Amino acid sequence: MELLCKPVSIVWAALMLATCASTWLLSKNSVTPEVATVAIVLIAAFKVRLVIGYFMEVRRAPLALRLVCDGWLVAVTALIVTVYLV
Amino acid sequence: MSPETDTQFVSVGEPKRRLPGVEGVWVFVMADMTVFAVLFGFFMVGRLHNPALFEASRHDLNPNFGGVNTLILLTSSWFAALALDAVRKSRFALAQRFIGGAFLCGLAFAVSKAIEYTEKLNAGISLLTNDFFMYYFTLTGIHLFHVIAGSVVLLVLWFKARSRSFDPERPVVLECGAIYWHMVDLLWIILFPLLYLVR
Repeated sequence: MELLCKPVSIVWAALMLATCASTWLLSKNSVTPEVATVAIVLIAAFKVRLVIGYFMEVRRAPLALRLVCDGWLVAVTALIVTVYLV
Repeated sequence: MSPETDTQFVSVGEPKRRLPGVEGVWVFVMADMTVFAVLFGFFMVGRLHNPALFEASRHDLNPNFGGVNTLILLTSSWFAALALDAVRKSRFALAQRFIGGAFLCGLAFAVSKAIEYTEKLNAGISLLTNDFFMYYFTLTGIHLFHVIAGSVVLLVLWFKARSRSFDPERPVVLECGAIYWHMVDLLWIILFPLLYLVR
Protein backbone atom coordinates (compact mmCIF):
# COMPACT_ATOMS: atom_id res chain seq x y z
CA MET A 1 0.00 0.00 0.00
CA GLU A 2 2.91 2.29 0.91
CA LEU A 3 4.21 1.65 -2.60
CA LEU A 4 1.01 2.88 -4.28
CA CYS A 5 0.93 6.15 -2.32
CA LYS A 6 4.29 7.36 -3.64
CA PRO A 7 4.11 10.31 -6.08
CA VAL A 8 5.80 8.20 -8.81
CA SER A 9 3.08 5.56 -8.40
CA ILE A 10 0.28 8.10 -8.75
CA VAL A 11 2.05 9.50 -11.83
CA TRP A 12 2.39 5.96 -13.23
CA ALA A 13 -1.38 5.36 -12.78
CA ALA A 14 -2.15 8.68 -14.54
CA LEU A 15 0.19 7.74 -17.41
CA MET A 16 -1.48 4.33 -17.81
CA LEU A 17 -4.97 5.91 -17.88
CA ALA A 18 -3.91 8.60 -20.37
CA THR A 19 -2.41 5.91 -22.62
CA CYS A 20 -5.63 3.87 -22.56
CA ALA A 21 -7.68 7.01 -23.36
CA SER A 22 -5.45 7.89 -26.35
CA THR A 23 -5.17 4.37 -27.71
CA TRP A 24 -8.61 2.93 -27.27
CA LEU A 25 -11.00 5.91 -26.95
CA LEU A 26 -9.73 8.91 -28.93
CA SER A 27 -8.62 6.75 -31.85
CA LYS A 28 -12.26 5.85 -32.55
CA ASN A 29 -14.29 7.84 -35.06
CA SER A 30 -16.43 9.69 -32.48
CA VAL A 31 -14.58 13.00 -33.05
CA THR A 32 -13.10 14.63 -36.16
CA PRO A 33 -9.58 13.50 -37.15
CA GLU A 34 -8.17 16.98 -36.43
CA VAL A 35 -9.61 17.15 -32.90
CA ALA A 36 -8.56 13.56 -32.14
CA THR A 37 -5.02 14.05 -33.47
CA VAL A 38 -4.38 17.33 -31.67
CA ALA A 39 -5.81 15.85 -28.44
CA ILE A 40 -3.66 12.72 -28.80
CA VAL A 41 -0.48 14.76 -29.40
CA LEU A 42 -1.25 17.07 -26.43
CA ILE A 43 -1.91 14.06 -24.18
CA ALA A 44 1.45 12.60 -25.31
CA ALA A 45 3.16 15.93 -24.46
CA PHE A 46 1.50 15.92 -21.02
CA LYS A 47 2.71 12.34 -20.46
CA VAL A 48 6.26 13.25 -21.50
CA ARG A 49 6.25 16.18 -19.05
CA LEU A 50 5.19 13.85 -16.24
CA VAL A 51 7.98 11.39 -17.13
CA ILE A 52 10.59 14.18 -17.28
CA GLY A 53 9.36 15.86 -14.08
CA TYR A 54 8.69 12.89 -11.81
CA PHE A 55 10.59 9.87 -13.20
CA MET A 56 13.69 11.78 -14.37
CA GLU A 57 13.35 14.03 -11.29
CA VAL A 58 13.79 17.18 -13.36
CA ARG A 59 11.15 19.02 -11.30
CA ARG A 60 13.78 19.16 -8.51
CA ALA A 61 16.64 19.97 -10.90
CA PRO A 62 18.24 23.38 -11.47
CA LEU A 63 16.30 25.86 -13.62
CA ALA A 64 18.61 25.49 -16.64
CA LEU A 65 17.79 21.78 -17.06
CA ARG A 66 14.08 22.39 -16.55
CA LEU A 67 14.14 25.05 -19.26
CA VAL A 68 16.05 22.82 -21.70
CA CYS A 69 13.62 19.92 -21.16
CA ASP A 70 10.52 22.12 -21.45
CA GLY A 71 12.03 23.83 -24.50
CA TRP A 72 12.54 20.47 -26.22
CA LEU A 73 8.97 19.39 -25.41
CA VAL A 74 7.38 22.65 -26.60
CA ALA A 75 9.46 22.57 -29.82
CA VAL A 76 8.55 18.94 -30.62
CA THR A 77 4.85 19.41 -29.83
CA ALA A 78 4.66 22.66 -31.83
CA LEU A 79 6.49 21.04 -34.76
CA ILE A 80 4.12 18.04 -34.92
CA VAL A 81 0.92 20.04 -34.46
CA THR A 82 1.96 22.82 -36.87
CA VAL A 83 3.02 20.49 -39.69
CA TYR A 84 -0.14 18.42 -39.15
CA LEU A 85 -2.47 21.43 -39.34
CA VAL A 86 -0.74 23.06 -42.37
CA MET B 1 31.97 23.77 3.30
CA SER B 2 31.32 21.93 0.04
CA PRO B 3 28.17 22.74 -1.97
CA GLU B 4 26.81 19.24 -1.23
CA THR B 5 26.86 19.75 2.52
CA ASP B 6 25.93 23.42 2.59
CA THR B 7 22.30 23.20 3.64
CA GLN B 8 22.10 26.11 6.07
CA PHE B 9 20.06 28.28 3.69
CA VAL B 10 17.60 25.55 2.76
CA SER B 11 14.29 25.71 4.56
CA VAL B 12 13.02 22.58 6.25
CA GLY B 13 10.78 20.39 4.06
CA GLU B 14 12.09 21.84 0.81
CA PRO B 15 14.78 19.64 -0.72
CA LYS B 16 17.68 21.50 -2.30
CA ARG B 17 17.67 21.62 -6.09
CA ARG B 18 20.25 19.34 -7.63
CA LEU B 19 21.06 17.76 -10.97
CA PRO B 20 20.00 14.09 -11.13
CA GLY B 21 22.83 11.90 -12.47
CA VAL B 22 25.80 13.75 -13.96
CA GLU B 23 26.07 16.51 -16.57
CA GLY B 24 27.45 14.10 -19.19
CA VAL B 25 24.37 11.87 -19.19
CA TRP B 26 22.15 14.91 -19.79
CA VAL B 27 24.31 16.03 -22.73
CA PHE B 28 24.01 12.53 -24.20
CA VAL B 29 20.26 12.29 -23.53
CA MET B 30 19.52 15.76 -24.95
CA ALA B 31 21.61 15.02 -28.06
CA ASP B 32 19.70 11.77 -28.59
CA MET B 33 16.37 13.51 -28.03
CA THR B 34 17.31 16.21 -30.54
CA VAL B 35 18.08 13.58 -33.19
CA PHE B 36 14.67 12.03 -32.54
CA ALA B 37 13.00 15.46 -32.72
CA VAL B 38 14.48 15.90 -36.21
CA LEU B 39 13.27 12.40 -37.20
CA PHE B 40 9.76 13.23 -35.91
CA GLY B 41 9.89 16.35 -38.09
CA PHE B 42 10.97 14.34 -41.18
CA PHE B 43 8.08 11.93 -40.60
CA MET B 44 5.51 14.73 -40.31
CA VAL B 45 6.84 16.44 -43.47
CA GLY B 46 6.72 13.08 -45.29
CA ARG B 47 3.13 12.71 -44.14
CA LEU B 48 2.34 16.25 -45.34
CA HIS B 49 3.49 15.36 -48.86
CA ASN B 50 1.40 12.19 -49.07
CA PRO B 51 -1.37 12.14 -46.43
CA ALA B 52 -3.52 9.56 -48.26
CA LEU B 53 -0.70 7.00 -48.44
CA PHE B 54 0.29 7.56 -44.79
CA GLU B 55 -3.32 7.24 -43.62
CA ALA B 56 -3.93 4.06 -45.65
CA SER B 57 -0.64 2.50 -44.48
CA ARG B 58 -1.34 3.41 -40.84
CA HIS B 59 -4.40 1.12 -40.98
CA ASP B 60 -2.06 -1.82 -41.63
CA LEU B 61 -0.58 -1.26 -38.15
CA ASN B 62 -2.21 -2.80 -35.09
CA PRO B 63 -2.62 -0.04 -32.44
CA ASN B 64 -3.04 -2.72 -29.76
CA PHE B 65 0.65 -3.57 -30.15
CA GLY B 66 1.64 0.10 -29.82
CA GLY B 67 -0.70 0.72 -26.87
CA VAL B 68 0.37 -2.36 -24.94
CA ASN B 69 4.04 -1.57 -25.63
CA THR B 70 3.49 1.93 -24.19
CA LEU B 71 1.95 0.42 -21.03
CA ILE B 72 4.93 -1.97 -20.78
CA LEU B 73 7.52 0.83 -21.06
CA LEU B 74 5.65 3.08 -18.61
CA THR B 75 5.59 0.26 -16.07
CA SER B 76 9.27 -0.37 -16.70
CA SER B 77 10.04 3.31 -16.05
CA TRP B 78 7.99 3.18 -12.86
CA PHE B 79 10.03 0.16 -11.67
CA ALA B 80 13.26 2.09 -12.40
CA ALA B 81 12.01 5.07 -10.36
CA LEU B 82 11.00 2.75 -7.49
CA ALA B 83 14.43 1.06 -7.62
CA LEU B 84 16.13 4.44 -7.18
CA ASP B 85 13.83 5.22 -4.24
CA ALA B 86 14.65 1.83 -2.66
CA VAL B 87 18.44 2.31 -3.03
CA ARG B 88 18.19 5.75 -1.38
CA LYS B 89 16.64 3.93 1.60
CA SER B 90 19.43 1.29 1.47
CA ARG B 91 16.87 -1.38 0.56
CA PHE B 92 19.12 -3.11 -1.96
CA ALA B 93 17.20 -6.41 -2.22
CA LEU B 94 14.01 -4.51 -3.04
CA ALA B 95 15.88 -2.30 -5.53
CA GLN B 96 17.23 -5.43 -7.21
CA ARG B 97 13.69 -6.77 -7.66
CA PHE B 98 12.51 -3.48 -9.18
CA ILE B 99 15.49 -3.33 -11.56
CA GLY B 100 14.71 -6.95 -12.51
CA GLY B 101 11.10 -5.94 -13.19
CA ALA B 102 12.23 -3.02 -15.36
CA PHE B 103 14.55 -5.36 -17.30
CA LEU B 104 11.79 -7.94 -17.88
CA CYS B 105 9.50 -5.18 -19.19
CA GLY B 106 12.26 -4.14 -21.62
CA LEU B 107 12.51 -7.74 -22.74
CA ALA B 108 8.71 -7.96 -23.15
CA PHE B 109 8.79 -4.82 -25.32
CA ALA B 110 11.48 -6.33 -27.56
CA VAL B 111 9.57 -9.63 -27.89
CA SER B 112 6.33 -7.80 -28.72
CA LYS B 113 8.18 -5.73 -31.35
CA ALA B 114 9.68 -8.90 -32.84
CA ILE B 115 6.19 -10.45 -33.12
CA GLU B 116 4.90 -7.25 -34.73
CA TYR B 117 7.78 -7.11 -37.24
CA THR B 118 7.28 -10.80 -38.12
CA GLU B 119 3.56 -10.20 -38.67
CA LYS B 120 4.36 -7.32 -41.03
CA LEU B 121 7.04 -9.20 -42.96
CA ASN B 122 4.75 -12.26 -43.31
CA ALA B 123 2.09 -9.94 -44.78
CA GLY B 124 4.64 -8.83 -47.38
CA ILE B 125 5.22 -5.43 -45.75
CA SER B 126 8.82 -4.29 -45.45
CA LEU B 127 11.05 -1.21 -45.31
CA LEU B 128 10.76 -0.96 -49.09
CA THR B 129 6.94 -1.12 -49.31
CA ASN B 130 6.44 2.67 -49.26
CA ASP B 131 7.56 5.89 -47.52
CA PHE B 132 5.35 5.28 -44.48
CA PHE B 133 6.82 1.86 -43.82
CA MET B 134 10.33 3.17 -44.48
CA TYR B 135 9.73 5.59 -41.58
CA TYR B 136 7.95 2.94 -39.51
CA PHE B 137 10.77 0.39 -39.69
CA THR B 138 13.55 3.01 -39.38
CA LEU B 139 12.09 4.92 -36.42
CA THR B 140 10.91 1.85 -34.49
CA GLY B 141 14.18 0.06 -35.36
CA ILE B 142 16.34 2.88 -33.95
CA HIS B 143 14.08 2.99 -30.91
CA LEU B 144 14.28 -0.80 -30.47
CA PHE B 145 18.07 -0.52 -30.52
CA HIS B 146 17.76 1.96 -27.62
CA VAL B 147 15.49 -0.49 -25.75
CA ILE B 148 18.04 -3.30 -26.18
CA ALA B 149 20.94 -1.05 -25.07
CA GLY B 150 18.87 0.12 -22.07
CA SER B 151 18.04 -3.48 -21.14
CA VAL B 152 21.77 -4.30 -21.09
CA VAL B 153 22.33 -1.26 -18.83
CA LEU B 154 19.52 -2.51 -16.52
CA LEU B 155 21.16 -5.95 -16.36
CA VAL B 156 24.45 -4.33 -15.27
CA LEU B 157 22.55 -2.25 -12.68
CA TRP B 158 20.85 -5.44 -11.40
CA PHE B 159 24.27 -6.99 -10.68
CA LYS B 160 25.41 -3.75 -9.05
CA ALA B 161 22.34 -3.77 -6.78
CA ARG B 162 23.07 -7.40 -5.90
CA SER B 163 26.59 -6.51 -4.81
CA ARG B 164 25.24 -3.39 -3.03
CA SER B 165 27.69 -1.21 -4.93
CA PHE B 166 25.52 1.93 -4.90
CA ASP B 167 25.98 4.81 -2.48
CA PRO B 168 22.50 5.37 -0.96
CA GLU B 169 23.38 9.05 -0.40
CA ARG B 170 24.17 9.63 -4.07
CA PRO B 171 23.58 6.58 -6.36
CA VAL B 172 24.89 8.40 -9.45
CA VAL B 173 25.32 5.31 -11.67
CA LEU B 174 21.76 4.15 -11.01
CA GLU B 175 20.46 7.69 -11.56
CA CYS B 176 22.23 7.89 -14.94
CA GLY B 177 20.92 4.46 -16.03
CA ALA B 178 17.39 5.40 -14.94
CA ILE B 179 17.54 8.76 -16.80
CA TYR B 180 18.54 6.94 -20.01
CA TRP B 181 15.75 4.37 -19.51
CA HIS B 182 13.13 7.10 -18.94
CA MET B 183 14.31 8.78 -22.16
CA VAL B 184 13.67 5.52 -24.05
CA ASP B 185 10.17 5.56 -22.53
CA LEU B 186 9.39 9.19 -23.38
CA LEU B 187 10.58 8.83 -26.99
CA TRP B 188 8.15 5.94 -27.42
CA ILE B 189 5.36 8.04 -25.84
CA ILE B 190 5.69 10.38 -28.86
CA LEU B 191 6.64 7.82 -31.50
CA PHE B 192 3.62 5.60 -30.82
CA PRO B 193 0.85 8.18 -31.52
CA LEU B 194 2.85 9.60 -34.43
CA LEU B 195 2.96 6.28 -36.27
CA TYR B 196 -0.19 4.52 -35.07
CA LEU B 197 -2.75 7.16 -34.10
CA VAL B 198 -2.32 10.43 -36.04
CA ARG B 199 -5.00 10.42 -38.73
